Amino acid sequence: MSKAAELAALIGSQSALSNRNLIINGAMQVAQRGTSGINSAAGGGICADRHKGFSNGGGVFSMEQSSTVPNNEFAYSSKLTVTTADSSIASADYYSFQQTIEGYNIIQTGYGTSDAKRLVLSFWVRSSVTGKYSVTCFNNGGTEGYLNTFNISSANTWQKVELSWIGRTSGTWLKTNGAGMIIRFDLGGGSSGHGTADQWTTTSGYGNTRTADSVDWIATNGATFYMTGLQLEIGEQATPFEHRSYGDELVACQRYTYVYNSERSGGYDQAISSMSKWSNGYAYGAYNFPCTMRTAPSGTAYNTNQFTIYIAGSTGQPNTELNIEVASPVSCEMNVQTSLGSTGESGMFRKTGSGTGASAGYIVFDAEL
Amino acid sequence: MNITSAKYIAPISGEPNTILAVIDGYNTFVPINSDNRHYAEIMRQVAAGDLTIADAD
Repeated sequence: MSKAAELAALIGSQSALSNRNLIINGAMQVAQRGTSGINSAAGGGICADRHKGFSNGGGVFSMEQSSTVPNNEFAYSSKLTVTTADSSIASADYYSFQQTIEGYNIIQTGYGTSDAKRLVLSFWVRSSVTGKYSVTCFNNGGTEGYLNTFNISSANTWQKVELSWIGRTSGTWLKTNGAGMIIRFDLGGGSSGHGTADQWTTTSGYGNTRTADSVDWIATNGATFYMTGLQLEIGEQATPFEHRSYGDELVACQRYTYVYNSERSGGYDQAISSMSKWSNGYAYGAYNFPCTMRTAPSGTAYNTNQFTIYIAGSTGQPNTELNIEVASPVSCEMNVQTSLGSTGESGMFRKTGSGTGASAGYIVFDAEL
Repeated sequence: MNITSAKYIAPISGEPNTILAVIDGYNTFVPINSDNRHYAEIMRQVAAGDLTIADAD
């Protein structure tokens, strides 16, 4: 398509010229939790931010941020690799790679109203397993779903896929901070998820995740699946991938996950929180998130021996117990057990350890959908 | 997610607002907020009889 035709198509679609991609981190450039060594899970493992890998069965696939890309427009892709195959998938089991879009971000689609608009999904994909693949647009709970299919005819070869479907005027589509829309790529599943392609279907929940003749990618040990350039937009046809700045994409991701020390650095001090000693043997401090998160996040600290508490000019005491409480979308409270100082004295909580990579001290704040 | 234990945490004052849960082998501090996916899963497992939240120390 010529540039003039692309522009005409974009204007004709009455879609936004910017922020038209409803997918966050479609170019897979942000990976706060780590760039490799992350597995799919029943609750959804995450490597590239916002993209979850689900395993609901005996199979497992690993996820990593890969530099294998279709062209120089992209620097990264998500690479999935089957590490534990499931070649006899139970009827209710499924494997998928998906992004759940917050309800606030799908308001303009008009889904669930008479003004529901046509959507277009485009992406680059590459797989070692050829055949038919399914991808479904679901509402929260999967009671409304439009099942699309695409074919990969040449193994280990990048191809661009464009799919579109009519808007859904019925059903419940949340326009809140809950799950508004789910784009789910099927990687294998049992008969309970079998459905009919190219139509909207109402089920009791995720009942049309794949066609019966879709491939079970998860059945092949060592199979690989790459994806990048994932874009979902309002319109009649796909427009070029919308590249947002790294900073914009990072902040968009941090609404759902914020990782303190996501770079896994070590060897120098980083302030975490100013603290005051309480009468109960703990020092307390506030920690503010860099942006307003979707909801109050869970907090998980890793390698906490890499953190140190200082009170009243002391030389510091390695952390032995860190608690994260009173979380809101904008902040939380940290408290650290310490024998240093006296009640009311002030201090500082820092990351001080030299550990890097898997040994680094870091904290994950999770407000994912 | 694999949740193996859960316990309320006693705050400085007021009612507990956080649950300390061991999720996938790591201590995870989960706010008592139904929009939080970990809290929702904890409560789903509690309702199913698969998990009990211990009182705060």
